[in-house]
Amino acid sequence: MARVLIVAEHDGRTLNASTAKCVSCARTFETSAIDIAVLAGDGAAVAAQAAALAGVTGVIQVDHPANESALAAVAAPQISELAGGYTHVFGPSTTFGKDLMPRVAALLGVGQLSDIMSAEGAWRFRRPFYAGNAILTVEAPQDRPVVATVRTASYQAAEPMGDAPISERAVDAELPSHTRFVEIRSDSGGGRPDLQTASRVVSGGRGVGSKENFAIIYRLADALGAAVGASRAAVDSGFVGNDMQVGQTGKIIAPQLYIAVGISGAIQHLTGIKDAGVIVAINTDAEAPLFEVADIGLVADLFTAVPELTEALGS
Amino acid sequence: MALIKTILVPLKRVVDANVRVRVKPDGSGMALEGVKMSINPFDEIALEEALRIRERGEAEEIVVASIGGQVCTQQLRGGLAMGADRAILVETGQDLEPLTVARTLLALVQREESQLVIMGKQAIDGDNNQTGQMLAALWGRPQATFASHLRFKGSAATAMREVDAGLEVIEVDLPAVVTTDLRLNEPRYTKLPDILKAKKKPLETVTLSDLDVEPETQFRVLGIEPPAQRPRGVRVSSVEELVQALREKELI
Repeated sequence: MARVLIVAEHDGRTLNASTAKCVSCARTFETSAIDIAVLAGDGAAVAAQAAALAGVTGVIQVDHPANESALAAVAAPQISELAGGYTHVFGPSTTFGKDLMPRVAALLGVGQLSDIMSAEGAWRFRRPFYAGNAILTVEAPQDRPVVATVRTASYQAAEPMGDAPISERAVDAELPSHTRFVEIRSDSGGGRPDLQTASRVVSGGRGVGSKENFAIIYRLADALGAAVGASRAAVDSGFVGNDMQVGQTGKIIAPQLYIAVGISGAIQHLTGIKDAGVIVAINTDAEAPLFEVADIGLVADLFTAVPELTEALGS
Repeated sequence: MALIKTILVPLKRVVDANVRVRVKPDGSGMALEGVKMSINPFDEIALEEALRIRERGEAEEIVVASIGGQVCTQQLRGGLAMGADRAILVETGQDLEPLTVARTLLALVQREESQLVIMGKQAIDGDNNQTGQMLAALWGRPQATFASHLRFKGSAATAMREVDAGLEVIEVDLPAVVTTDLRLNEPRYTKLPDILKAKKKPLETVTLSDLDVEPETQFRVLGIEPPAQRPRGVRVSSVEELVQALREKELI
């Protein structure tokens, strides 16, 4: 039976929800083990959160100073060493997992599957390609480990209701020094919900016009308790940072409510939101492609409609 | 002497980014007949970055490579017109999985004694986002994926990476693999004289067996289907109606 190893994504303190989504994917087929590997400088807190996820059978905590920052070149040899005895090695389809998992697969001498959106048994998976214009069903061979990334927008996070054992493991693999972490810069958020896990998201596009004008997007988001996103055009124009980009090459999200303001709706953007519960489009251009997928469309000047909506929600 | 002798830039021939591709009605594949083909946009950004590195005097030579049929010479000529020095076509009629592509690129890296590979973070057809990372692993060298800024100092590169949390800066020793994100640069347009000049630049054809690469297919394709369509929505004519619609759906 399948034995799944999941690579935890975390920031040293908190386990990222993407890990709990990988657990949910593994729980859709028959397994005899779902273990989570936590690589960290000091992973005790993250390991405890991983051990609490429903369905998890064990957590392997690998503490090492080199694991202080998540570097694929450093993590991959450790994961490929831990992979022995597992039939599947999963990571999330976030920038963390996309960076790491192909490197793990190549070290194991096997191929990798990207963006699992559903599993039909332990060796048969569905994944999108061509910017989500097509869905591929593939079968992986059973004679070698299945290394894959899990499309996080396709799964709900496993609930924290378990109590799996945590074991500590020393690093045996030789770790390279050719890759060094310098720093991370983050310019968004401002206390707002996390874009990837928020149940409500308000996004702005080119139509918002400027960095200053984005204030009306933030105000609407705050009235809703929503996270803020953006189209590629808005990021390219410098209105907001790259970490807010939603779409094929940005974040793929699945909030219950998605409000797109001044976004025309290029296919690359639609790829990032097609799993949203309800999509609302507000745009002056009645022909904008986003209206084709929107559940509720409002053709209006966003500079009057958005403040009006913000006020209506506040009252 | 320049820091880097040879930069290798792989160019994948893909359906043009502006074409909306569809699944064939019989589900046997994508309807690609007569569709415009181009260099994968991320690879074009990779080539532009290589050109800028060479223009700064940090590299001597840029080699572009493609893997596929003779038709890929169109994209290679396009790369030569942009400014690459020479091109290599690895000719094959087979559809290769990323691991085999990475093995092929490793063979080219070794053959050309390249110190830097710059390539797209993903191809817009397969959307795999794997090959650069696999190449770096097989080569035993660093990877700087999703790069939006790249500079060299001594025998190391500093890369800014677009990650979910924001912008990450890492330093990697050369040789290394860099994969490009969209905001790394804006590729130049090629001018007619450059297109004519490109016809005289060297384009070599080799086979997988010349490179000692045995293609391996691990994943069996069982089917291709169009994605589920979202049901058609409603239009509201005022903010008031929008608020009412959201209330009905119990979203506010």
